[in-house]
Amino acid sequence: MLSDEAQPAIAPRRASSRNYWAISLHRLLRKKVGIACLTIILLMYGSGILAPLVTPYGYNDQDLSITKQGPSIGHPFGTDRLGRDILTRIIYGLRTTVIITVVTLVTGSLILGITMGLLAGYFGKWIDTLVMRVGEVTSAFPEIFLVLIIISTLKPPITDWVRGIEETVGIDIIRLGVVDYFVLSLALAIFSWFGMARLVRGQVLQARENQYVEAARAIGASTPRILAKHVLPNVMGPVIVMVSAGLAGVAGSEIFLSFLGIGIQPPTPSLGLMIFQNGSISVLRSDPHLLLFPVLTLSLLLFTFNLLGDAVNDAFNPRAR
Amino acid sequence: MGTYVIRRLAWLPVILLIISFITFVMGRFGPGDPIEIRMGQYNNEEAIERIREQRGLNDNIMVQYGRYLKDVTRGDFGDSIALPGRTVGELLKKKMWVSAQLNIAALFLSVSIGIPLGLFAALRQGTFWDTGMVAFTLLGQSIPVFLTAPLLLLVFASWLDILPTHDWGGLFSTHTILPAIVMGVPGIAIITRLTRASTLEVISQDYIRTARSKGLSESTVQRRHVLRNAMIPVITMLGFSLAGIAFTSFIVERYFGIPGIGDLFISSIFARDYPIINAIVIIGTTLFVLANLTVDLIYPWLDPRIRLGGAHVE
Repeated sequence: MLSDEAQPAIAPRRASSRNYWAISLHRLLRKKVGIACLTIILLMYGSGILAPLVTPYGYNDQDLSITKQGPSIGHPFGTDRLGRDILTRIIYGLRTTVIITVVTLVTGSLILGITMGLLAGYFGKWIDTLVMRVGEVTSAFPEIFLVLIIISTLKPPITDWVRGIEETVGIDIIRLGVVDYFVLSLALAIFSWFGMARLVRGQVLQARENQYVEAARAIGASTPRILAKHVLPNVMGPVIVMVSAGLAGVAGSEIFLSFLGIGIQPPTPSLGLMIFQNGSISVLRSDPHLLLFPVLTLSLLLFTFNLLGDAVNDAFNPRAR
Repeated sequence: MGTYVIRRLAWLPVILLIISFITFVMGRFGPGDPIEIRMGQYNNEEAIERIREQRGLNDNIMVQYGRYLKDVTRGDFGDSIALPGRTVGELLKKKMWVSAQLNIAALFLSVSIGIPLGLFAALRQGTFWDTGMVAFTLLGQSIPVFLTAPLLLLVFASWLDILPTHDWGGLFSTHTILPAIVMGVPGIAIITRLTRASTLEVISQDYIRTARSKGLSESTVQRRHVLRNAMIPVITMLGFSLAGIAFTSFIVERYFGIPGIGDLFISSIFARDYPIINAIVIIGTTLFVLANLTVDLIYPWLDPRIRLGGAHVE
């Protein structure tokens, strides 16, 4: 606070904001934990995005002559009951995780959350009241019930609608799993924006009182410009921390919903779906690799997300400790 | 204090009205007709129309909602659609009792193991025990239930064959052991970590030094002054974790084949059995709000410096 106000009003703003990012990133990369987490996540996300390129098999390639085989050189994680390569299916499952986490966090937390937070914090009055009350109501009950209901109610009409588009366009959209991705991200985004909005609102309330905002207003800058150029850059640090802390939650929710049979539907691969299909004691007794490899991948993913969240918090928010 | 409780309780009906209306409307306009699903292949237009008329499903939606609310306030959640002849209340009572027992067992494990472990680690700060405990909590918090459930099943039910794999036999049967451990592990880890952190903060306070210097025995200092004040963040977490417990309960009930509320909720969603869905949402929300209120009411009892209402502004 003090150092902010002690600065000369205009010149060093850009430089100091670049420094903040450079310093924070440097602080993150100096830690072994930070580098390890980033590497693992980049590897998982990279292979998920590039799934068709890095996998030698298709996720639905069946080979009924080699069903339920244990790990071998051709199939490092073995094959499932239809002779499909499990490693390939895990990588495609990661692609689902990538899509859901990115879409949900970008639409829910970043776009919706930041916009609402900025509006509520900067304009105050009835906008503030409205945003905060709506948010309080959405966080006042166990959201999981409504997420389940929303998904199961919205999916069929949206599927019908997409099927209509399909007929006119002539492209096979439903097989790509787009509807599942869309409905799932939508339902998760509805309940994930409020935390971010509350955080940004608080930060904006603080930033609004700063002299440089007052100065910008005095020289006639428009409100959108003040918000984008002067307020937003100052709230990005906590926002990054919150997004990285939310990754595990969103990834876990998709897997949880798919595990219950309500999220991603076959044949689209998902880790949750693989766990659901093989999560029985008889599979465990006869072919534990069918369950253990997806579960271990998931554990590694969530563990890394949690560690990364802590590391990012330390790097971007050093005074919080 | 009284006005605070009343103000918080006044929120409850508002929230319940909003959420029950959303679920009710989604149920009525959502896809799939529960009556058609129930009729299956004996799909007969005339019979379906008769049942719809009987149940008042052809009236205006607001009329239906009003009628539903009136019944609910009298404690009548209607009849199940998918399971004819069973009232929702009777179905719920049985399943909720199963889930409640499971949750109580898990909560008991988390608290009775987590708090002593956290105290133990904090009072030996910097030693091997402390470091080990911190590593354990990090691991316990990150391992998903998806992994602990199959691993424990594999070891204790399949290899050692000493515990049952699924089904339910009441709170004090061997059926409870594995699911309660699976549900308890994340709780133990979180409570240990929180207790350790808050104990460390409390023991450096002046009033602890005062308590020691006025000659209280170490055990009295720990019990009366350290533990009591260190519990505040832990209690807060317990309130928040209720939603998390609901989450885990869904997964555990599925893994272990326990006929609880999670199991009923999922099957009702697939069968589009709206009376059951609505009832679970209403009861779940009420419990959640009341639990959080209870947590808020425990604070001033633990620490008289906290005054209700004042801290609530932001």
